[in-house]
Amino acid sequence: MSDPAISPLSASDPVITVRGARATLGARPVLRGVDLTVERGEVVALLGANGSGKSTAVRSVIGQVPLTDGEIALFGTPLRRFRQWSRVGYVPQRTTAASGVPATVREVVSSGRLSRARFGLLSRADRAAVDRAIGLVGLADRAGDSVSALSGGQHQRVLIARALASEPELLIMDEPMAGVDLASQEILAGTLRDQVAAGTTVLLVLHELGAVEPLIDRAVVLRDGCVVHDGPPPKAVGQHALPGHDHVHPHAAHEPLRTGLLT
Amino acid sequence: MEILETAFMQRALIAALLVGITAPAIGIYLVQRRQALMGDGIGHVAMTGVGLGFLLSTSPIWTAMAVSIAGAVTMELIRAYGRTRGDIALAMLFYGGMAGGVMLVNMSDTGSTGDLSAFLFGSLSTVSDADLWAIGLLAAFVVLVSVGLRRQLFAVSQDEEFARVTGLPVRALNLLIAVTAAVTVSVAMRVVGLLLVSALMVVPVAAAQQLTRSFRTTFVLAVAIGVAVTLTGTTASYYQDVPPGATIVLLAIAAFIALTALAAPLARRRARLAEAALGVPGDPAGCVAGVPDARRPGDDVRV
Repeated sequence: MSDPAISPLSASDPVITVRGARATLGARPVLRGVDLTVERGEVVALLGANGSGKSTAVRSVIGQVPLTDGEIALFGTPLRRFRQWSRVGYVPQRTTAASGVPATVREVVSSGRLSRARFGLLSRADRAAVDRAIGLVGLADRAGDSVSALSGGQHQRVLIARALASEPELLIMDEPMAGVDLASQEILAGTLRDQVAAGTTVLLVLHELGAVEPLIDRAVVLRDGCVVHDGPPPKAVGQHALPGHDHVHPHAAHEPLRTGLLT
Repeated sequence: MEILETAFMQRALIAALLVGITAPAIGIYLVQRRQALMGDGIGHVAMTGVGLGFLLSTSPIWTAMAVSIAGAVTMELIRAYGRTRGDIALAMLFYGGMAGGVMLVNMSDTGSTGDLSAFLFGSLSTVSDADLWAIGLLAAFVVLVSVGLRRQLFAVSQDEEFARVTGLPVRALNLLIAVTAAVTVSVAMRVVGLLLVSALMVVPVAAAQQLTRSFRTTFVLAVAIGVAVTLTGTTASYYQDVPPGATIVLLAIAAFIALTALAAPLARRRARLAEAALGVPGDPAGCVAGVPDARRPGDDVRV
């Protein structure tokens, strides 16, 4: 608690500090002493195989997974005392932005603005910010449409617009490119590029670098809950370097394998 | 309108109106979080409250509310913290609540299982002035919560994890939804009955969303359908000798079927309009816009 390195807000504090983070899911240790620092304006990718702990790592950063040991600070404030959630935009790992009742794109994105509109009253400026966020992901013409009428890539764009609606300084994204075709990936990468150019700090979990590769300053690779690489993004090798290569996911193991090997 | 001249029908219609507003208003959040049957569970638990009311010889509306709030909060806590087999725990709560109600009623001096049926299936004609005050007060609370906090409740019901990261008090809002649903059950108990109350929370919402695209119109239309079926059902039960609760629920289901039948032509019309907005039908230019070219492999390797 009285660690001098974690002191109240100052401009030089890292945006995210994770030190010695340990977490378990059930009886399984998922994080085994993770250290991670993200400085202001950096774009950091968290890479690793399925089950390596990268999702758990970001979810612990936003307080969704309790740590058994170690500490986390956002903007220099220990997570336990952090209240300025409007500075953080979060894109959870989802394949859909829909729920049990129809909702328009604008309605879903508006809920991202609630961190700035405390009592749920959206001012004219709030509404303008919501429309701006929808425009940033290129869905301005769909703002009044039901989210259930959107494609998979458009769902991801809605989720990202929702995170951008509070005009955050830190954007945390959990696999924003999952299940998104290349064309939509390019649009998402373009949105992200504009955010980064405006000074937003980004931490994103990725399965593969893909279209956002040029934006990434640093890659942190996890394996079995430990950091095994922290530095420049690793170069993709072999068939993984091909833009259109096949993905074989472990959860599809019972299906006949299409290895994507060169024929 | 002779129906409006008798005092008990005036009370019945006011009670029906309030239930028609409140049940879909809170029900929409339950449907949104895919907990459509939670109202049913609360209805079962509330039976113990009714039994308790008989046993203590007090108004069952307040005891039902107290017990159903306790039940709803327990259900929410099981949902939030339960790691293993939440459905089993919920089943215990549901059937325990029902059995408790039957047991308590039979233990009381005044009641018998027969008296329960007025609460199970609704009994509009027995709504007293005191009941009406209670229903009005509770309905005001439900409307205040479901309309006043609509953006917060929408966010929490849409995506709980995201809502937590916006700094919303997610746990408190979840409990508020549970408590409000429990209050609604006690409001609706006299009109449609505990076994049918969940229908009025769910069916108008399901009917409305056959046609709607936004949460706001779904909300308004669901409440309109709720009010229409409760008032029609109550009026019908006055002129024909039919049970109001069952009539109301069957009317709601009829509305659902009618709107579902309407939905397909409406969707076709919207699709035509959308196509017309894009350009002349059959114009190939409308079919190649907007998608940037994908990158091509830099070498001649094919996968």
